[in-house]
Amino acid sequence: MSGNGTGIGASVKRKEDTRFLTGRGRYTDDINLPGQLYGYILRSGMAHAKIGTVHTDAAKAAPGVHAVFTGRDMEGVGGIPTGWEITNKDGSKMVEPGHPALATDKVRYVGDCVAIVVAETAEQAKSAANLIDVEREELPAVASIEAAEADGAPLVFDEAPGNVCYDWEVGDKAATDAAFDAADHVVSIYVVNNRLIPNAIEPRAAIANYDPATGDYTLYTTSQNPHLVRLLLGAFVLGLPEHKLRIVAPDVGGGFGSKIPHYAEEAILTWTAGQLGRPVKWTCERLDAFKSDTHGRDHISTAKLALDADGHFLGLHVSTKANLGAYLSTFATCVPTYLYGILFAGPYTTPAVYCEVKSFFTNTVPVDALRGAGRPEATYLLERLVDKAAVELGMDRVEIRRKNFIREFPYQTPVALQYDQGDYDATLDLALEASDWAGFEGRRAEAAARGKCRGIGISTFIEACGIAPSAVVGSLGARAGLYESGSVRVHPTGSVSVFTGTHSHGQGHETTFAQIVSDMLGVDFDAVDVVHGDSAKIPFGMGTYGSRSLAVGGTAIYLAVEKVIEKGKKIAAHLLEASAEDIEFENGSFTVAGTDRSKTLGEVALTAYVPHNYPEGLEPGLEETAFYDPLNFTFPAGTHIAEVEVDPETGEVELVAVTGADDVGRIINPMIVDGQLHGGLAHGIGQALLEECRYQEDGQLETGSYMNYTMPRAADLPSFNINHNTTLCTHNPLGAKGVGEVGSIGVPPAVINAVIDALRPLGVDDMSMPATSQRVWQAIQRANG
Amino acid sequence: MPTVTMTVNGMERSGTVEGRTLLVDFLREHLGLTGTHVGCDTSQCGACVVHVNGTSVKSCTCLAVQADGADVTTIEGLANGADLHPMQEAFREHHGLQCGFCTPGMVMSAVDLANRDSDPSEHDVREWLEGNLCRCTGYHNIVKAVQAGARAMGGGS
Ligand code: FES
Ligand code: FES
Repeated sequence: MSGNGTGIGASVKRKEDTRFLTGRGRYTDDINLPGQLYGYILRSGMAHAKIGTVHTDAAKAAPGVHAVFTGRDMEGVGGIPTGWEITNKDGSKMVEPGHPALATDKVRYVGDCVAIVVAETAEQAKSAANLIDVEREELPAVASIEAAEADGAPLVFDEAPGNVCYDWEVGDKAATDAAFDAADHVVSIYVVNNRLIPNAIEPRAAIANYDPATGDYTLYTTSQNPHLVRLLLGAFVLGLPEHKLRIVAPDVGGGFGSKIPHYAEEAILTWTAGQLGRPVKWTCERLDAFKSDTHGRDHISTAKLALDADGHFLGLHVSTKANLGAYLSTFATCVPTYLYGILFAGPYTTPAVYCEVKSFFTNTVPVDALRGAGRPEATYLLERLVDKAAVELGMDRVEIRRKNFIREFPYQTPVALQYDQGDYDATLDLALEASDWAGFEGRRAEAAARGKCRGIGISTFIEACGIAPSAVVGSLGARAGLYESGSVRVHPTGSVSVFTGTHSHGQGHETTFAQIVSDMLGVDFDAVDVVHGDSAKIPFGMGTYGSRSLAVGGTAIYLAVEKVIEKGKKIAAHLLEASAEDIEFENGSFTVAGTDRSKTLGEVALTAYVPHNYPEGLEPGLEETAFYDPLNFTFPAGTHIAEVEVDPETGEVELVAVTGADDVGRIINPMIVDGQLHGGLAHGIGQALLEECRYQEDGQLETGSYMNYTMPRAADLPSFNINHNTTLCTHNPLGAKGVGEVGSIGVPPAVINAVIDALRPLGVDDMSMPATSQRVWQAIQRANG
Repeated sequence: MPTVTMTVNGMERSGTVEGRTLLVDFLREHLGLTGTHVGCDTSQCGACVVHVNGTSVKSCTCLAVQADGADVTTIEGLANGADLHPMQEAFREHHGLQCGFCTPGMVMSAVDLANRDSDPSEHDVREWLEGNLCRCTGYHNIVKAVQAGARAMGGGS
C-alpha cells in the first residue's frame, strides 16, 4: 500500500468538491419533479394535549390547496418503529408505546405532527395551515427528567408508569460493591450532560412520488441510511414491498446523527403522494427543525470511583437518568445503554464496573444519536471523575491516568467490550509534548500577570466504533444487522464503479473509497467512481453513523475487490495458459509468477465481457459484491488537551489551544481524517462552552432558533493542533478504526477540566456545560461567598 | 405582480415575482440556480450569501425587487468555464468543505473579504465569517482556505 500519489495514505483532493464548489451539488431541496405539490406540516404548539376534531374545511377551501390530511385519515397506517429493544434489570422488556406519524388522540411535544396541507405552492400550504382549527385540551407537561420522575408526575403515556421506558444495567454489581468495600478512597461526582440540538446546516427535506402505472414509490430524503428508511417505512409503516419503494438520499448537507432516524414526515409525504398521485415536496424550515430534528444527550448522572491508597482504580459505579423525549426514535433506546454503559472501562484497568440507566419519556422532541451518541456522555463523566480523583488524592492528573492504563491486549473489560489493540501511553505522550504541557505553569503565570486565570485540562479516552457485529448487537436487542455491503464493477474497458451501502454527507467517501479501490486494483484514481445513496442502485446497506463507514463499509469494498482479483486470476491464467495459483496480481497486472508474461486488468476485464476465449465453467463479467459483518467493534482512542483563559471579572472563557493526539487506525486520506477531527472537536467544544437546549417547564422550547441556541462560529474557536499515533485494528483487513466522532467524544471533558483548573485558585471546583460566561461568573461569585 | 430584471452571472434575467419574494427564492425557484442554499429563516447561517453589485449579501434577507437592476453573482457564476476561481481552488486545496452545504455562502463571503484585504490574518478571517455557520469543518480549514484564496486573488477577483 503506497503513501504517494492517489493511493492509500495520500491526501488526495476530493472528487466531490468540484460540484459543491460550483453550486452543482444536488441536495434534496434542489430536486423538483414535474407536477409537484408542496406539503406543509402543521405542528403542535402545545407540549401535551388531548386532541379532538381537527377542522380542516377552511384550509381545504383555501387557494391552491389540494388536500389536508390528519391523523384520522392516516389511521390504519403503522406507527413509526424503534430499532432496539432494551431489557430491564428484572428481565422484562422496555415500554414501547406507539408513535403515529400524524397525531391521533394526543400531541406529546411542541413540534409533534398534527396535519399536512398540500397545495400548489409552499406559501399557499403554509397559509392554509393557519386555517386549521384543532380542538384540544391542554394537559400538564413534563419537560425534564426531574419533572418526569417526580411523584405524581403527569404521564406522557398511560402505559409507562413513572414515565419510565426502561431500567437497565450492565456490569457486575456485587463485584463493584465489593470493590468499594475494599477501597481506601471513594470519589463521587454529579454531572449533567447538556441537551443539544444537532443543527446540520442543511435542513431536512423530502420529496415523494407515486407512479400509478407501476405502483412504484420514490422518496428523496435527507438521510444517512436510505435502506434503513426503506425497511422501516416500507415494512413497518406503509406496508409496501421493498421492490416498490425506492429511497434516494442524494447529496446530504451534514447529518451528525440527526438524519439517521426514520422520521414521521417521510411516512406522511410518501403516503400523501400515494393518495394524490402527484409528487409532494416538503422542506423543513429551520425554526421547525429546532423542534422536530431529534435532539441529543440529556443525561443526569451520579457516579463514584473506588481507589486504593496508590491511586489504582478498583471499581466504578454509575447511575444515570436519560431523557428519551416524547417517542422512541430509531436508535433512541440504545444510545444511553449499549453505546454508553459499555464504555465505562475507558482506557483503564478498573476491574469492577457497574452502570445502571433509567430512561424517561418527557414532553420534548425525541432524543436520538448525535455525533458520538452515548460515548461523549460516558467519556465526559469518566474523565471529569478521574480529574476529581486526582485532586482529592493529591495526585498528578496525568500520572493517575497513566497508572491505570490498559497495556495488554486483547483486553476484556468488565462491561462487555473486548479491546483488540491500542497504545494509550503513546497518544498521551504525544499530546503532552505537542501541547507543551510541561511549560504550562509559565503560561499560567504570564496570564495571571495580565489578570487572567489560565487553565489546562486533559482527557484520555476510548470509543467503540465500527458499529457493529450483528450477532452481538442482536443478542443485546438490536432489530437489524449492522454489517455493510460493497460492490465493485469493473467495466469492459477497465474503469470501475464502486457501490457502497454507506452514505456520505460530508465524509468524502467518493474520494476515500476510490483511493482504496484504485490502490488495490492499480487503476487510475480518476477511473474509479463511487455510487451511494440510492436504494435502486446500491446493494442493501445499513448507512453511515457510529464511525462505521471505513471500518465496516470500506472493508466490504476491500473484500469485493479481493473477489474481483481472484476471478481475474482465473481469467488471466486461461489467457496465459498457466494455472490460477501461479498468477500474481500487482499494480494492475496479472503475471505468471517468476515470468514477465502478464495481462493487464483492462485486458482481463475486456475478456470477461467478451468471453470468446474463456475458462470453461466461469461466469462472464467482472463484478463482485461482498457483505462484511465485523467481528468486533473498533476502538479508536486518544488524548485531548485544552487550554483556556478565563476573565475573572466577566466569566468569559477563551479557548486558547486545543491539542489532539489520536489513534484512529489506518488512515487512508490524512487530509480528510484531519477534517473529521476538526469538525468533531468543534462540535465537542460547542457542547462544552456554547450549546444548550433548554425547555420551559410547560414544554415550550426556549432555545428554538439561532438567536438563543449558540452555535460555534469561526471566532469562537482556535485552530487545532492535531497529531496521530496509529495502531491498527486487528480484525479488519484495512486496520481501520473510525474518526467521525472522535472530537465530540474526547474534547468536552478536556475543556471543562481546563476551566475548573483555571478557576480552582478562585475556589471553584465544579463546572457544568456549557461553561458560558454567565455560569462561570456565577460560580466565581458563589465561591467568593 | 412586479417584474424584476437583473444581471445574474453576466446574463440579463427577468421574472414576475410577488412583492414578498426573497432574492434567494428568485434565484433558486425562478432561475433554477440551486447553488445558493437556505439554511435558516432568521438570517444567521450565511448559506445564502451572493454578491449584489460586488458586495456579499444574504439573499434570504433581501427581496427580489430590491435587487431589480442590480448585478448579481452567485456561486454558479464564479468559475471561469472549467477553471475554478482562486477562492474555489483554495477551498478544494485546503479541504475547506465537507458536506458542501455552507460552502457557496462561505466562498462568496470569502471573495468579498479578499476583495477588501489581500492578506487577511487568521483573526480577520474568523471575525469576517461571523455571519456564516459551518457544522462540518470546525472552520479550521475554511480559515486556511480563505487566507490562501485571498493571497491567490492578489487583491481582486
Ligand atoms: S439562509 Fe440563513 S442566513 Fe440566509
Ligand atoms: S461543510 Fe457542511 S456545513 Fe460547512
